Amino acid sequence: MYIFLQQYWWLVVSLLGAILVFLLFVQGGNSLLFCLGKTEEHRKMMVNSTGRKWEFTFTTLVTFGGAFFASFPLFYSTSFGGAYWLWMIILFSFVLQAVSYEFQSKAGNLLGRKTYQTFLVVNGVVGPLLLGGAVATFFTGSDFYINKGNMADTIMPVISHWGNGWHGLDALTNIWNVILGLAVFFLARVLGALYFINNIADKELTDKCRRAVRNNTIMFLVFFLSFVIRTLVSDGFAVNPDTQEIYMQSFKYFANFIEMPIVLVLFLIGVALVLFGIGKTLLKKTFDKGIWFTGIGTVLTVLSLLLVAGYNNTAYYPSYTDLQSSLTLANSCSSEFTLKTMAYVSILVPFVIAYIFYAWRSIDRHKITEKEMDEGGHSY
Amino acid sequence: MIESIDTSLIDWSRAQFAMTAMYHWIFVPLTLGLAVVMGIMETLYYKTGKEFWKKTAMFWMKLFGINFAIGVATGLILEFEFGTNWSNYSWFVGDIFGAPLAIEGILAFFMEATFIAVMFFGWGKVSKRFHLASTWLTGLGATISAWWILVANAWMQHPVGMEFNPDTVRNEMVDFWAVATSPVAVNKFFHTVLSGWVLGAIFVVGISCWYLLKKRNHEFALASIKIGAIFGLVASLLSAWTGDGSGYQIAQTQPMKLAAVEGLYEGGTNVGLVGIGMLNPEKKTYDDGKDPFLFCIEIPSMLSFLAERDVDGYVPGIANIIEGGYEMKDGTKALSAAEKIERGKTAIGALAAYRAAKSAGHEEDAQVAYKVLQENIPYFGYGYIKDVNQLVPNVPLNFYAFRIMVILGGYFILFFIVVLFFIYKKDLSKMRWMHWIALLTIPLGYIAGQAGWVVAECGRQPWAIRDMLPTSVAISKLDVSSVQITFFIFLFLFTVMLIAGAGIMVKAIKKGPETGNNVTINH
Repeated sequence: MYIFLQQYWWLVVSLLGAILVFLLFVQGGNSLLFCLGKTEEHRKMMVNSTGRKWEFTFTTLVTFGGAFFASFPLFYSTSFGGAYWLWMIILFSFVLQAVSYEFQSKAGNLLGRKTYQTFLVVNGVVGPLLLGGAVATFFTGSDFYINKGNMADTIMPVISHWGNGWHGLDALTNIWNVILGLAVFFLARVLGALYFINNIADKELTDKCRRAVRNNTIMFLVFFLSFVIRTLVSDGFAVNPDTQEIYMQSFKYFANFIEMPIVLVLFLIGVALVLFGIGKTLLKKTFDKGIWFTGIGTVLTVLSLLLVAGYNNTAYYPSYTDLQSSLTLANSCSSEFTLKTMAYVSILVPFVIAYIFYAWRSIDRHKITEKEMDEGGHSY
Repeated sequence: MIESIDTSLIDWSRAQFAMTAMYHWIFVPLTLGLAVVMGIMETLYYKTGKEFWKKTAMFWMKLFGINFAIGVATGLILEFEFGTNWSNYSWFVGDIFGAPLAIEGILAFFMEATFIAVMFFGWGKVSKRFHLASTWLTGLGATISAWWILVANAWMQHPVGMEFNPDTVRNEMVDFWAVATSPVAVNKFFHTVLSGWVLGAIFVVGISCWYLLKKRNHEFALASIKIGAIFGLVASLLSAWTGDGSGYQIAQTQPMKLAAVEGLYEGGTNVGLVGIGMLNPEKKTYDDGKDPFLFCIEIPSMLSFLAERDVDGYVPGIANIIEGGYEMKDGTKALSAAEKIERGKTAIGALAAYRAAKSAGHEEDAQVAYKVLQENIPYFGYGYIKDVNQLVPNVPLNFYAFRIMVILGGYFILFFIVVLFFIYKKDLSKMRWMHWIALLTIPLGYIAGQAGWVVAECGRQPWAIRDMLPTSVAISKLDVSSVQITFFIFLFLFTVMLIAGAGIMVKAIKKGPETGNNVTINH
């Protein structure tokens, strides 16, 4: 039962992470603000378009953090406390974003519209890039060691120690972390452009979005495929289920796909949907539903990658400094009681998704138009 | 070389968290209060169909939105700071503490974030009924969110429903409902949310009085004042009542906090409550023989009555708690702090022995150590305390912060009564002095809330979790300079946000609601 709950919670956390990557279309869209929005009207429509969704991305980030904390507290402790600067920079950028929508068009905002729009672009670039880089460390490893027994040492009771003074910025010295970061960044831009095509009724702007989809897709594919191929052929961090000992295994992640065919199928369907959404948008000029296909495809692809990182006796947050300090589902999770209690709470999630969907539909029935921006309702 | 924790790291980590929390508490209480006010106003619009109420509600919504954005930003940082700066804490109690945070995200925050979008963008797109529901659900989401956060905070003040597991070296939840419905959490929730309502009401009355002062938007201002003052009076009376409950609970669960708040060094029966007093700055330790007060005026036996519901009730002072020996309610003798520290050390030693025996495969030795650990576990945290004086919170800070909160709380009740009297029995619109008082009461609303949190959090020191984990042991192992840099970055960001937010609010208030000018309300 305990093992099942651990697996269940890894699935929930992975699903939240996957949905978060999809919702980074808000960030991706914002990163295109100055590339595509050459006029103030266009930028205003773009900001108002992502501005109606930013709370979902933000809330998912908060919930992802909360769920990770509740289900795998040792990750929360080790990664956030250790890779301090990596997470702090991500947080700074999200702080900037949180106020930028509400503030940018209002009188008395101190810094002026352009500054707040720049903040949105900063978050649009830094957020996906560093979140992608952080997720890449699930496959490439980090520099930390853990000794829970330190609690019995009254002089130095801290259990998690980071191995270097860079505190997380060291992740960016590994090219593969940067590559996944770039892949997520370009994916977010593709999703952002697809979302604009779906959400804004302005031919000039959506034409530009289609070109952005094409260009960013090329970049995305280069980085994404590089990372996936490298991951499939590289050694992985495996766990001996009997002794809980962690060891390096050749082609571990490739083996995980083969040994978990459902995950492989999810991955393949995900990638196919991503490409279908993009392809049909590029080929058919009137098609504006690409975001749904590519979005769902993104969720499935990221979900399957995260499942590969944690399932099938794999250490999901490995330490290359001290292999045995690596975090596995079993050694980092909450107690059986807590996981079970939280599992009951998670039953409410479909209900939450249902009302989000309902609310979303109710305000998105009509596309954003230039005329609407001038009508004087609540706009950014 | 033996590595130890740098005390300035502890101070800077605390400073960063305190700063984030204090900024968070500038914006959140106003959103809790305004949520109800705008809900009432939109309900009036729904019932009467008058455009006036829609415009009135929309005006307060605009101010709500500005505060919401900064509240969200600071809230995100608080959540993640548990990991970034309090990593030992996150493991040691994450099994219990993480759950309310996750539930907050799933149940409350999504509700708030979803329906706020409908509230702002749904005018004319969704039905009036659905829009009204969305406005109330936004407020409900914020309030449920507060519930789970305060459950988490209450658990730090009064940990319940957990057991220590030496194999995982952490505390684990064994009773969810004990955590989620702990009486401390229930009281804390009502007291905190009500304080937010009081601030919302003060804000509405104060801003409306500004319009009266400027002789504009009369109808809007008087209507808002009526709703704000009635709401504020109810909230401030209930806030006083829950404040009394809070005091009683502190006496039962955190006697040291109560003693610090009262500057009470030598306790006893029939203890008086210090009404007005000035602490003696020369007093440094509990046993230096110096008088704690330069002067004070006491209400006889009042503290005993408030703390124990009995004028003859025994209330221990700081010296009594440190020296022990007094009879507790269950008939046992209170341990001295030195004995608690010894027992804590025994517990920590037993934990080390248990783990050593386990890893060597000596099951019998492990069981012996486990038994010793279990016997001493209530004092585990004391094992990290080096000196009994560390167990005393900052007395002046708590003493004065508490008085600021209580005196202002009393003033707010009076304020709302006076406002209601003037608006119903006299012509408030002509009383310029009262408009000024109302306007100047706004900052006092903020000060009272901040002072309350100072008492709650600083009064808990040296504990992150009472008796279980001192703040000094809860931290992440970082360079002090890293925390200093992030402290100043956050300080800069939050301050810029505060100035920008305030600037936008001032402009929005000056522009005013679109309800028409200089229309006198008919009584």
